[in-house]
Amino acid sequence: MAIFIDRDTKLVVQGITGRDGSFHTRQMMEYGTQVVAGVTPGKGGQTFDGPDGTTAPIFNTMDQAVAETGANTSVIYVPPPFAAGAIMEAVDSGVDLVVCITEGVPVLDMARAHAFARDHGVRVLGPNCPGLISPGKSKVGILPAQIVKEGPIGVVSRSGTLTYEAVFQLSNVGLGQTTCVGIGGDPLIGTNFIDCLEAFENDPDTTAVVMIGEIGGTDEQEAAAWVKANMSKPVVGFIAGQTAPPGRRMGHAGAIISGSAGTAEEKMKSFEDNGISVAERPADIVGLIQDALG
Amino acid sequence: MDIHEYQAKERFRAAGIPVPPGEIARTPDEAQALAEKFGGMTVVKAQVHSGGRGKAGGVKLAKTPADARAYAADILGMEINGLTVEKVLVTTAEDIDTEAYVGVLVDRKKQAATFMVSPEGGIDIEEVAHSNPEAIRKLTVDPRYGLLPHQAYWLANFLYEDPGLAKQASKIVGQLYRAFVDSGASMAEINPLITTPDGKVKAIDAKMSIDDNELFRRPEVAEMRDSSSEPPAETKAREASLSYVKLDGAVGCCVNGAGLAMATMDLVKYYGGEPANFLDIGGSSNPEKVVSALEIITSDPKVKVILFNIFGGITRCDDVANGIVEATKRIDIEVPIVIRLTGTNEEKALEILKDAGFSAYTSMDAVVEKAVELAKA
Repeated sequence: MAIFIDRDTKLVVQGITGRDGSFHTRQMMEYGTQVVAGVTPGKGGQTFDGPDGTTAPIFNTMDQAVAETGANTSVIYVPPPFAAGAIMEAVDSGVDLVVCITEGVPVLDMARAHAFARDHGVRVLGPNCPGLISPGKSKVGILPAQIVKEGPIGVVSRSGTLTYEAVFQLSNVGLGQTTCVGIGGDPLIGTNFIDCLEAFENDPDTTAVVMIGEIGGTDEQEAAAWVKANMSKPVVGFIAGQTAPPGRRMGHAGAIISGSAGTAEEKMKSFEDNGISVAERPADIVGLIQDALG
Repeated sequence: MDIHEYQAKERFRAAGIPVPPGEIARTPDEAQALAEKFGGMTVVKAQVHSGGRGKAGGVKLAKTPADARAYAADILGMEINGLTVEKVLVTTAEDIDTEAYVGVLVDRKKQAATFMVSPEGGIDIEEVAHSNPEAIRKLTVDPRYGLLPHQAYWLANFLYEDPGLAKQASKIVGQLYRAFVDSGASMAEINPLITTPDGKVKAIDAKMSIDDNELFRRPEVAEMRDSSSEPPAETKAREASLSYVKLDGAVGCCVNGAGLAMATMDLVKYYGGEPANFLDIGGSSNPEKVVSALEIITSDPKVKVILFNIFGGITRCDDVANGIVEATKRIDIEVPIVIRLTGTNEEKALEILKDAGFSAYTSMDAVVEKAVELAKA
């Protein structure tokens, strides 16, 4: 098993003809993801050429793409001005999961898009996220497939390369993953830590979870309390940004200590208080997972 | 992006909020001329992107135009939290009966704009939220409907019992929401909102932060950026589309990805060093970007060593290694460079780097330890 995506995932790529969209669509197809359609307004009727002679039909609208192909998941690579609109179009089309890779979406646009998705009961991942991968089954987004491995560890993170770092170390010692989820570095994100932890708790194949947070907001603290109250599986946590100065945005739009709230110290303490093993360095994650699994 | 008080006041005025007259002076002469124009008492206020202006002596009440001139001479050139004051706002002094607080920001948990108002004005709202939460009324705006009139009135009624004042404040709350949305702000604040003895409600201070992601569609707001109030290296980084924050240490960091960049800084500290900066170089192997990054990092004289920490995923390590070798040929670097590359094709990358004469590593801990050691040498 895996969470959110598996072999039955039928994917539409919004922005499939753009530079990033076409590049990553080929990577996803190579990995074995069922890419059943692409959407680029004005290019309906054309065909996307994937690797080894594979193709995907292109539609003008999400509605057509879903009606014609039975797609259940969408991934978005459109530029920031159009990203929130693309999310709402996907939500309206009847897919179950919308993954938005785009970085730089205005926050007030996302406030509307998230409200729209909540009203329709559709899961959004991101924006400003690397997507997710269920090793051996499906990849949606931009995570590098070479570094993952099938296995029992769930990984959830607000970061991209820091996640790859942790996943690579796990894979190198033979600890594969059920699913690796990048929830994104923006202040307003759809799927959060608790959503992922709950899914991992309910996934019979996941035996332990790595959770990688960073400064800004209170998502990690709420997740820690949730872990204590609801989670039977061990969780290992890491927080980036112990040396980040307050009031400065550290790359990610959401990685900012506001006043005295959202510090790494506060988050690490909340992990410790709620029974999550805290890795002081990224290199400690593997050891803590091995300890937890006995 | 933060904007200055005088700029936020321009946005507020445009939305209809009553703000006393005020203009910018860059010299003591200009300050005096403005004080003469306004007549009566004036306030001379430092315009820097920093809190605590009053405590630092950057806000003065001037009785006469000559006073305004003298205060402007004191304040212009003053350093407040490391920022040099280059402009002062000269504004009319108001008679104050009461002070209140009105602010709106994007609440991450509620995922929407959220108002906070308090009859206790002129204070640190975060402080009040901790010490006396009953003194704050909060309201989250449903993004589907915007701020509704009765909600604005509900907030205003928490500030004033007097119906005349509440009515004025209700209008101001609505106007503040408009200014917030139309500016693409992430935060807008009136602190204090005052009442005058003749029963008027006015905004005498203004603060606004703009969501950087809005700037592409709001050129008139983007123009308000004051590059003189940020370190030149940060301006250069922004122009090169690199995410950079200057810090005080000696280990210059060049990392791909924001999370890994923070984790690298943390590890520098763990091994007893201090990071010189946060820098996210992004996911490409483009030598141009590496050149810009190296120029930015080495423009800081405190930097004693440059530490690369790159995870090669989609972009393979050997491509990144070639990019680094190419970039370092184009500029002279006097400090040592240590490089750590891991991920896809890392062995090939190490060979490329070693052939070019670099110390190359695959372990993040090993490279950071080495960088800290070199920074102390």
